[in-house]
Amino acid sequence: MKVSGNAIKFGDNVDTDVILPGKYLVLMDPKDLAQHAMEGLDPTFPGKAKKGVIVVGGKNFGCGSSREQAPLALKYAGVQCVLAESFARIFFRNAINIGLPVIECKGIWAAVENCDELAVDFEAGEIRNLSKGQSLHVTKLPSFILEILADGGLIENLRRRLNKK
Amino acid sequence: MNISEKILAKASGKNVVHPGEIVDANVDMVMVHDLTGPLAVEAFKRIGVNHVWDNKKVVIILDHQVPAESVKAAELHKMLRKFAKEQNIRLYDVGKGGICHQVMPEKGHVLPGTLIVGADSHTCTYGALSAFATGIGSTEAAAVFATGKIWLKVPEAIRINVKGHFQKYVTPKDLILSIIGRIRAGGAIYKSVEFAGSAIHDMSMAGRMTLCNMTVEMGAKNGIVEPDEVTRKFLEGRTDKPLSSFESLKSDADASYAKVMELDVTGLEPQVACPSSVDNVKPASELSDVPVDQAFIGSCTNGRIEDLRLAAQILKGKIVKNDVRTIVIPTSQEVYMQALREGLIEIFTDAGALVCGSACGPCLGGHIGLLASGETCVSTSNRNFIGRMGSTEASVYLASPATVAASAITGRITDPREVEVTQA
Repeated sequence: MKVSGNAIKFGDNVDTDVILPGKYLVLMDPKDLAQHAMEGLDPTFPGKAKKGVIVVGGKNFGCGSSREQAPLALKYAGVQCVLAESFARIFFRNAINIGLPVIECKGIWAAVENCDELAVDFEAGEIRNLSKGQSLHVTKLPSFILEILADGGLIENLRRRLNKK
Repeated sequence: MNISEKILAKASGKNVVHPGEIVDANVDMVMVHDLTGPLAVEAFKRIGVNHVWDNKKVVIILDHQVPAESVKAAELHKMLRKFAKEQNIRLYDVGKGGICHQVMPEKGHVLPGTLIVGADSHTCTYGALSAFATGIGSTEAAAVFATGKIWLKVPEAIRINVKGHFQKYVTPKDLILSIIGRIRAGGAIYKSVEFAGSAIHDMSMAGRMTLCNMTVEMGAKNGIVEPDEVTRKFLEGRTDKPLSSFESLKSDADASYAKVMELDVTGLEPQVACPSSVDNVKPASELSDVPVDQAFIGSCTNGRIEDLRLAAQILKGKIVKNDVRTIVIPTSQEVYMQALREGLIEIFTDAGALVCGSACGPCLGGHIGLLASGETCVSTSNRNFIGRMGSTEASVYLASPATVAASAITGRITDPREVEVTQA
């Protein structure tokens, strides 16, 4: 599995209230959620993300509420993957469960500037910064998590596994 | 092993587990609410199984946008009621429960030694009753509905030993704010936080719930307290399940910890988390020039009877400042009834506060009590992120019920000990 796109950078402790404010939690269509992605930090984000971008965060990305609508909004806004120094654990699980790849990568924040072109190879555990001609190696995700992502999310993965039985 | 490891070992059928190990654990209880439940129900239907794995182990609680504040919310509530009926699942509706993290322990759904997951980040509250409890998302809740199982990485643990005695008007909320100020917002990510020591065992169940509730604000996977007589007393009459001996449910003397902290609460002052991060913590006494437009006493962190008694003690016979909207929300119907019997509702109403029905209220900015741009709220809730309580240009300060009550009277952030002294 590989993705690529230009980087959009955010800082430390990006919380789910700024990723998707609570007042939009009644919206059930992910495309509606996408229109409010990152509204708390940058209301112009959905326009920028449309072409397919990679979000680069600092420490503790996705902290706060367990709302799965936060990674859903990012995914449907056009985010291909989120790379961060570290993640809040519920956001990390939610993102994988809805099929949005996330990778924890120490040093990513300093290694990437806004708009750098990035290419991520999940199986190889490699992040390439094409603009800078540099590579970062990360701990590969466990194989069962890669399978969930390859299936497009936990529900699809579960359907496949339950049908096998 | 420490207490969290013991619970995860039992849940996954192992004798021993180690930090970093991924276990496939059996869930004892799963909870969703009105904002996370609809996505969970939709996801569950896509899995293609007809029934939840165990209808006695699934609980739905309507608390975030109740009573329904919009047709959209009403439709979601309708969908959850229908699902609960079809699956014969317990659903606590408007007027029958209250905030999920109070209702779960109050109605006997939380027992020591069990593994509980909930589609809400503050599910970690139940560690106060010595359960291993952690927040998950909606899709994962759907997977638990179908299978009763979840994969979990055994967390490393931080042990916080607390001794000493709280000064008057200094509370467990001040303790947890000061801890978050030290450990920082991301300082405990993926970790278990275990509270121990004489000050914890002297603490009420409500205080322990406040502590465990906010462990997620430093990134923790769970917060936990070993069971004792306070635990047993709280559970009396709330569960028909036999309470097995608590003796073995404690951390071994040789349990391993990533970090051990030693704290003494004796000299602790009232603390406040300033905008827009829960770890931006300062003593209340340093913030006396911050004017307040709204004061909120409630939420899953601090709306319990002990919290309301404390606020009422400060507000009794006084009037909140004319330009401070003061909102009080008891955590559950049970708490509301108790507050009514004790005359607390009358004290709040006499003081010029508005007492609302048990629900999440202003805390998450999705229902009532929202803030306009430029406004400031001092709140007993757990988050002060940008836009959390309404406008992205509003400010939220987090504090104890005593500090919020004192601030409502003066119209600026106030150390509650100051009100006591000046009014004596």
